[in-house]
Amino acid sequence: MSSIKDPENPKKPTTGFSRRGFMRGVGLSGGVLGTGLLEQEATAAPPTPSVSGPAAVPITLQINGKAVKTSVEPRETLLDTMRNSLDLTAAKRVCDRGTCGACTVIVSGKVMYSCTILAIDAQGKEIETLEGISAKNHPIIAAFVANDAQQCGYCTPGFVVASKGFLDKHPNPTYEDVKKGLGGNLCRCGTYMGIRQAVVDAGKQLKGGRNA
Amino acid sequence: MPDYSWPPMEKRRVIGKRTSRLEGPAKASGKAKYASDQNPQGLLHAVLLTSPHAHARVKSVDITAAQKFPGVTGVRVISGPGTEVQWAGTEIAILAATSEGIARDAVALIKVDYEVLPHVVRENDLSKVGNRAKAAGEQVTGDPDEAFKGAAAISENLYSIPVITHCCLEPHGQVVAMKGDKVEYWPSTQAVSTVGGDLARGLEIPAANVHVQMDHVGGGFGGKFPADRWGVESAQLSKMSGGRPVKLFLDRETELTIAGVRPSAFANIKIGAKKDGTIVAWQSQSWASGGFGGGGMPPLPYVFTKIPNYRLNHTAVSLNAGSARAWRAPNNPQASFLTCSALDDLAAKLNMDPLDLFLKNVDLTIRPDTYRSQLNKAAEMIEWKKNWRPRGENKDGVMRRGLGIGIATWGGAGHASKARTTIHPDGSVEVELGSQDLGSGTRTVIAMVAAETLGLNIGQIKVKIGDNIYPVSGPSGGSTTVGGVSSSTRKASMNALQKLFEVAGPIIGAPPDRLEAVDGKIRMIGNPDKGMSWQQACQKLGVNTITEMGENDTKRTEGLNTGGASGIQMADVSVDIETGVVKMNKLVAVQDCGLVINPKTAESQVLGACIMSVCSALMEERIMDQQTGRVLNADMEFYKLAGIADIGDIVVHMDIAPEHDKRGVIGLGEPPAVPGVAAIANAVANAIGVRVPSVPVTPKNVLAALNGRRIA
Repeated sequence: MSSIKDPENPKKPTTGFSRRGFMRGVGLSGGVLGTGLLEQEATAAPPTPSVSGPAAVPITLQINGKAVKTSVEPRETLLDTMRNSLDLTAAKRVCDRGTCGACTVIVSGKVMYSCTILAIDAQGKEIETLEGISAKNHPIIAAFVANDAQQCGYCTPGFVVASKGFLDKHPNPTYEDVKKGLGGNLCRCGTYMGIRQAVVDAGKQLKGGRNA
Repeated sequence: MPDYSWPPMEKRRVIGKRTSRLEGPAKASGKAKYASDQNPQGLLHAVLLTSPHAHARVKSVDITAAQKFPGVTGVRVISGPGTEVQWAGTEIAILAATSEGIARDAVALIKVDYEVLPHVVRENDLSKVGNRAKAAGEQVTGDPDEAFKGAAAISENLYSIPVITHCCLEPHGQVVAMKGDKVEYWPSTQAVSTVGGDLARGLEIPAANVHVQMDHVGGGFGGKFPADRWGVESAQLSKMSGGRPVKLFLDRETELTIAGVRPSAFANIKIGAKKDGTIVAWQSQSWASGGFGGGGMPPLPYVFTKIPNYRLNHTAVSLNAGSARAWRAPNNPQASFLTCSALDDLAAKLNMDPLDLFLKNVDLTIRPDTYRSQLNKAAEMIEWKKNWRPRGENKDGVMRRGLGIGIATWGGAGHASKARTTIHPDGSVEVELGSQDLGSGTRTVIAMVAAETLGLNIGQIKVKIGDNIYPVSGPSGGSTTVGGVSSSTRKASMNALQKLFEVAGPIIGAPPDRLEAVDGKIRMIGNPDKGMSWQQACQKLGVNTITEMGENDTKRTEGLNTGGASGIQMADVSVDIETGVVKMNKLVAVQDCGLVINPKTAESQVLGACIMSVCSALMEERIMDQQTGRVLNADMEFYKLAGIADIGDIVVHMDIAPEHDKRGVIGLGEPPAVPGVAAIANAVANAIGVRVPSVPVTPKNVLAALNGRRIA
């Protein structure tokens, strides 16, 4: 990461690596973050990509089956765009650097941290948030309530989305599967016992639903 | 005056039933709006500039470039020239702008000159803290020197437990709008009724001018009582910006650096016993730091307060680090860890089963019968007699298995609380309190108590909390909320019911004091056919409503609530002696909690506290860097919390029994958060055969202990 320099912006007072400062320097369209290609491309001085920003640019996001237009600075994360511009506040900003899972969404069928995706890069992809999942009355939501899989509830939206994504790929999981499958989310109040049971219960209901 | 006492256990229809939390669907569907989710019209975003130095004097702050930055609506200097900064992260300046990105760009343009001063940020080695150490006086009881001479066994060891942070998932912060001297305030708080007054003091306006609203809070754990400087300054920025609302929530680094910590505790403990395990003497030299303000002595010796001979010395260490705030059972988890570790090591010296040693000494506690029965119950749950082996003897290849014990005590009587119950002519009921639900199930408990009292089901009760226009109810700290709100709700609802009886009595043809409210009916006691439905009775109110108050008087709780909860936890762990990794097999918790209103959420409280204990026993530690004076792990990659796979199995036994029930309601936030660390640390010592003296019991600390090294 240290190979990324921004000669235009030498005044940075950074006290170490800052993801925000880093993203400010990136602003590339074409989505290279988090792919592992970033470092290679940067060090290999690739041909000049098309550059957006730094001013806000219009974008269209496909969220919960609807096309939504807004305008964002290219450095803005999908999480911040959802929360600040679209009033989609189910996803929470907690660690803001891809550790805790409170901002989990499903992008093109994959469970992802929305704090690690630039909003401009999320264009053209199907984004599913908890607002969309709850509108469809997914059984995971009732299972979270029935098993008291929440206390303060701030990690809960991320866990519900991660659980839904996990169940999409692993219908009818065991308790042990859930432990392995939901390792990407953190809870501070300590609701894991309820979450394990909720996901197992919801899995059974989903299977029952299909068989019915 | 009506008899407010709780109905007998066998007659309860709502209280004691497993009830899902009322706000569960809103939280699980993402519809619950936290303070940090508020996006009022015209919202501005504020960002803090904080000190990179742990100890420095501010020489100058130049905000001119930031003020001119397009989109910035206001800049304020918080720590002006001459201010002595005492920890990294101290607020220097703040500004508001039309977007968060603009605010961050602009804050980077503020120029601050510091005179950097020498700092001390680590307290692990007392010989290196210089004049930062302040010794408290010595306390002596009996004759410890003589008692140690006569002891059959003496164990002496140094134990330590580090500073940890609250790490609330919703950071500290607020949305606030100030127009003239009137303020609309959406804080993330544990204190809906009092935080507005705190903000008002900072703004020098009357407390009544601040309107507080908060439906949900994303974690508090003791760290979210004050309005804080960032709250006051955000309000000032709003005022400077024409009254537009300003949002500021600390970023994770700042949250973990300045928003509160649990103090550390270090102690050299010497403990002596007779051959049969009876403890005769205790001596401790402890030190602690919770930041610049130093750190008080944990309550030592913990629980075993009747040890006849003891000597206590304590030193508070002032560090250039973010200051302490209450953290779920202030100083109790530390005291439990220090004391139970010493007892466990003493048992090893005596070649005794530590369970026997704990049982042998329950008479040195203030509740011997309760602890004896809880120790036996927990031992049964973890199959102690079957699974326990002497230290280091339970081997399977490179794996070592062990069991350990931790103990807890806490107060938890209800805080001052006022509730208002309103019965409407259409039969609907509202209960209003200026309280808050931290995720502990407060809303649900209020609805259950009102429903029980009025003979209704909880769906018929509308609970209104989270707004300071409602009657004043205490802050949620010290496990005081459930006792407070359940008692005030009980009284307000009982008072309102009396008024309804006065209306319904003449119509039913029975004196009001011969009526009861059961199953949606108002009926004559002993003559259930004589009565009318709740709806019919309420219709008789005509155009009037009944509105009655109830108050929990902390000096006279009338048996509705009380304090004094005991608890025992036992851990079963496996340790890989090649990697040093500790795996949780099982943690069992036996918790006494008086009258339990909602066993479902009460159990969740205990489970959560156990999981928090796994975190602090095995992972959590705020790491300070003496070189830079900063927190090295102010993020969630390296400030470690347990994940869903890390916690093993957890089994909770709530001690729900008539003899506990008759004591009334006791708070449950703190007590189960106390004994887990001790239980896990002792289980590790039992597994690997040597004491790991420093928590967290990380692989590094395990391997060091196995190799006979001491890590500072």
